[in-house]
Amino acid sequence: MKILVLLKQTFDTEEQIELFDGEVNENGVKYIINPYDEYALEEAVAVKEKYGGEVTAVTVGPDRAESALRHALAVGVDRAIIVNDESLFGDEYTISKVLAAVAKQDSYDLIFCGHMAVDDGAAQVGPRLAEELGIPHITTITNFEIEDGKVKVEKDVEGDVEVIEADMPVLVTAQQGLNEPRYPSLPGIMKAKKKTIERLEAEDLDIDIEEIAPKTEIVGQYLPERKKAGKVLKGDIGEQVFELVELLRNEAKVII
Amino acid sequence: MSKNVLVVAERRDGVLRNVSLEVLSAARKIANGGTVTAVVFGKGPGGEAQQLARHGADRVYVVTNEELNAYSTDAYSQAFMEVFSIVEPDAVLIGHTATGRDLAPRVAARLNAGLISDCTGLEVNGDDVVFIRPVYAGKLFQKKRVKEGIIFATIRPNNLPVSEPDTGRNAEVTEVRAQIADIRTVIKEVVKKTAGKVDLTEAKIIVSGGRGVKSAEGFKPLYELAEVLGAAVGASRAACDAGYCDYSMQVGQTGKVVTPDLYIACGISGAVQHLAGMSNSKIIVAINKDPDAPIFKVADYGIVGDLFEVVPLLTEEFKKVLV
Repeated sequence: MKILVLLKQTFDTEEQIELFDGEVNENGVKYIINPYDEYALEEAVAVKEKYGGEVTAVTVGPDRAESALRHALAVGVDRAIIVNDESLFGDEYTISKVLAAVAKQDSYDLIFCGHMAVDDGAAQVGPRLAEELGIPHITTITNFEIEDGKVKVEKDVEGDVEVIEADMPVLVTAQQGLNEPRYPSLPGIMKAKKKTIERLEAEDLDIDIEEIAPKTEIVGQYLPERKKAGKVLKGDIGEQVFELVELLRNEAKVII
Repeated sequence: MSKNVLVVAERRDGVLRNVSLEVLSAARKIANGGTVTAVVFGKGPGGEAQQLARHGADRVYVVTNEELNAYSTDAYSQAFMEVFSIVEPDAVLIGHTATGRDLAPRVAARLNAGLISDCTGLEVNGDDVVFIRPVYAGKLFQKKRVKEGIIFATIRPNNLPVSEPDTGRNAEVTEVRAQIADIRTVIKEVVKKTAGKVDLTEAKIIVSGGRGVKSAEGFKPLYELAEVLGAAVGASRAACDAGYCDYSMQVGQTGKVVTPDLYIACGISGAVQHLAGMSNSKIIVAINKDPDAPIFKVADYGIVGDLFEVVPLLTEEFKKVLV
């Protein structure tokens, strides 16, 4: 079984965002693997361990994203690919075309990715890639099994659960609760250091850059207005509760 | 120039979702005098065509096929493409819901189109349409526009106003029988966990618990308060990680981003990743024992105290005034 997992490196979720000349300041920022992609990675490796096969991890991003791939290799991924050609960076339309070109170099039975990235939060690349490859997709899964050669998943639908079956090849996107991502072991980390990360560029992927040019553009970015700290109520608890209800009804008018 | 806008309206448990009406108000702005067409998939209890008309639809397509009674990517994308080729819209809008998130990128790829997802606002200046969307879960806002091809966006629930219903409006209703073949993902079973519960992302009021709730049992007073207020119950990552509640309740940068009118944070310290998920709520109330907890920095009203004392009192007080 051939498995592909898509990884994106993102800001740590505890990072505050600062703008510098209208651009997001990346200096001193701690990077992590997008938490939803971590679930995808864990599931890919767990599936390989249970059913056999080979896992390839791919990321589209600058050189710093190599550390995400090193982590992936350390937890059990067999092959790692980085597409670090800036001419191939763009919006979700562009990225999914690039990933499709990578995926088409091999023939994968299963593709795992996070259902969204915690930075841009677009939740597009998984379904788009599945469409580019002409395979079905299932989003926001919280359980994954293979039974009699079929994929059987639980899908979170705004709190309800659907049990869904599909044949391979299929792409699934990971929701929180799918699994507990493992930590890499020391021998795993040592081994990962020696592995080669494959680097791909437009030429290797036979991509026409004009054809995959982004369809959307960012025309501005701004920080939200900082919320001012409000009133901390005083008095005994009973009085505070009474006052709070009054304020919510008559001042804030959110409860009628 | 006026535009021809297609809105994908959605039902949940047979009822037209509020977000679909919010999307219609956005569609009217983008149409700029043009036509707004709404489409609903599958058989419904009826009456929604009129509701869609009153909130801004000029035309309504009801697409029927047994396969459309429950959502599947393949059936809905085929039905969508059929309507798309009839309407030939300049713009397509869908709610950023479970359905919208699954369907929109799939059909956008099929159309070789861009897609701006999870928008919370828009600015329309004649032909120019700029969408506003939060990134980093609301730590930053982006203005984005489509450079080439159709305008395609998903709209986050609870952020755009619903226009006042115009009871004089009627829409031309067309039923389309869709051709659907080859559904590759088969729903074997549906486990309803949300029956009777208010959905977090669409809730007007959320009562949320953190590490301070201490146990699964500790959520009980929060549920009691939520019931009195008709609210949904959420949680912080700490509470979910500790196993007090299900991950589907998590509010934060991982988890759900929510924008209710009122967010009541109980025993939540206010980690950066949690604040990202809720700080755009209209009014925030914090109840926490620790007066230095960061949650008080974003709270409109704060009570320093034990949630197990404060929350039941609050429930009693609301019971008195909300009869």
